[in-house]
Amino acid sequence: MTQTVTRAPAPPLDRPPSAIRLGLSRAAFETRLFFRERDAVIFTFSFPIVLLLIFGSIFADELEGTGLNVSQLYVAGLLGSAAMTGFQNLGIGIAMDRDDGTLKRLLGTPLPRSSYFVGRALNTLFVSFCQVVILLVIGVALFGLELPSEPSTWVTFVWVFVLGVLGSSLLGIAVSSLPRSGRSASAVITMPFVVLQFISGVYIPVTQLPSWLVNIASVFPLKWMCQGFRSVFLGDAGATLELARSYELDRVALVLGAWVVGGLLLCLTTFRWKSRRDG
Amino acid sequence: MTTAVRVRGLTKRYGDVQAVGGIDLDINAGEVFAILGPNGAGKSTTVEIMEGYRTRDAGEVSVLGIDPGRPTREWRSRIGVVLQTADDVAEATVRETVRQFAGYYPNAKDPDEVIEQVGLTDKAGTRIRRLSGGQRRRVDVALGVIGGPDLLFLDEPTTGFDPEARRQFWRLIESMAHQGTTIVLTTHYLDEAEALADRVAVVSGGRIVAEGDPATLGGRATAKARVGWAEEGGHRSHETDTPTRTVLELAGRFDGEVPELTVTRPSLEDVYLQLIETPS
Ligand SMILES: Nc1ncnc2c1ncn2[C@@H]1O[C@H](COP(=O)(O)OP(=O)(O)OP(=O)(O)O)[C@@H](O)[C@H]1O
Ligand SMILES: [Mg+2]
Repeated sequence: MTQTVTRAPAPPLDRPPSAIRLGLSRAAFETRLFFRERDAVIFTFSFPIVLLLIFGSIFADELEGTGLNVSQLYVAGLLGSAAMTGFQNLGIGIAMDRDDGTLKRLLGTPLPRSSYFVGRALNTLFVSFCQVVILLVIGVALFGLELPSEPSTWVTFVWVFVLGVLGSSLLGIAVSSLPRSGRSASAVITMPFVVLQFISGVYIPVTQLPSWLVNIASVFPLKWMCQGFRSVFLGDAGATLELARSYELDRVALVLGAWVVGGLLLCLTTFRWKSRRDG
Repeated sequence: MTTAVRVRGLTKRYGDVQAVGGIDLDINAGEVFAILGPNGAGKSTTVEIMEGYRTRDAGEVSVLGIDPGRPTREWRSRIGVVLQTADDVAEATVRETVRQFAGYYPNAKDPDEVIEQVGLTDKAGTRIRRLSGGQRRRVDVALGVIGGPDLLFLDEPTTGFDPEARRQFWRLIESMAHQGTTIVLTTHYLDEAEALADRVAVVSGGRIVAEGDPATLGGRATAKARVGWAEEGGHRSHETDTPTRTVLELAGRFDGEVPELTVTRPSLEDVYLQLIETPS
């Protein structure tokens, strides 16, 4: 006689929630909190817009026989700057999280560490994306910016944006360990960011900078992001304005890719979960 | 009885400060264990080593069978932590925060129930930044218990609580202890230790100077009693091993009611103050 053994169904396993799902949940949480700090939101979004309006209005001239005007150049530069928001956002935000006990509290929960970073990264991607959209709308509406029509150009736009946001976010996470406290973070992180903007062709065309400054800027991702965005929005006509008389997209990809890898390594080796006073 | 926390020869030094100078502890599963001691005694350092936050210089530590120096995710989900200080998540509301944290644990409790248990139901929709200090602290307690821990660490949890909130907190701890949660808390309130703890340890200068049942700590139960009364316009008192006999004598002498009669034994506070005055 065969016996059928009916096994009681196994009790539901209390599976811990997956790291990806928790990362998404953190991203939603952080984004909601981000939009609650109204002053920070207004500042973050209005800064590039105000700059675009000012620069675009001051320099309305045409660029030497290219059919392009200076304000279009600024749109491209400020797009680079917007894609680099992650540097500032994460550099300051994580330093504050470390200082006010957010990181310490999370460390005491089963939340996977990677979920915290996924949350932060998605939040940054979202904020940068909003900035880019706003800049494009203003550029098209007020400054005669023409959106590219070819899909291949949009592909360039996407990879420059994604690699740029990733690289600068990782760099931001790495520098978040530099400020001694959350309160000093804003000053410590903003200074290099502003300097980088000035030497990377956001406000002043790279062609007007001394070569040693350009050499320094070439080490960092911002110059290459701006260059990539110029290739998208100024097209072939603008290539003659470049130092190399071309947009060097292969080098753009190389440097931005290197920053993603290097930034990741930097984060893995230098990241501190605890503040200096945590013992 | 199983041991939830086992500590042997624990030491930790910061520069020239010996924060912990050789601590041995055994905390049984299901027990409420209180750590008392003056400011700077090394309570937080000890507790945060057990929680896996701080590294130790020497000694063995085992918490739920795991070395907290190498925490796992599964271990983290069985442990609840209320730190001594925190001022994060200020822009989120109480409910959002408790819900968010509930999502991190495999066996989380119901967020609304926990909010109710810490007495924040009225404030559930309020941003944490707008809460009072004691209400803010209750959020910390809620986040410590939300995961339904087997072992709960609380570092001075009731700082800033009003008397009613403190009683409510005691009830929460009692009910969790009743359901089998092991509880380790530090406190400066001796009545709290007395009301909650099965055992207390008094830490001073990074060492344990006394350990035991709060009712008998430092020979408290067998110490002389003090009988006090009023006579001839002044206050009189008498220390004795046989207070009942003294009271009977007084009752005879006054022929009935003894004016302003009191019989006291040393409070936990008296014993405690004596213990930390003369570190062994
Ligand atoms: N991160 C740190 N860096 C340097 N010294 C520290 C650090 N943390 C604690 N100490 C020192 O170690 C000693 C014990 O501190 P701890 O915080 O453990 O005391 P405590 O018993 O919790 O006191 P309290 O009742 O005030 O909370 C103190 O002398 C303190 O100054
Ligand atoms: Mg302490």
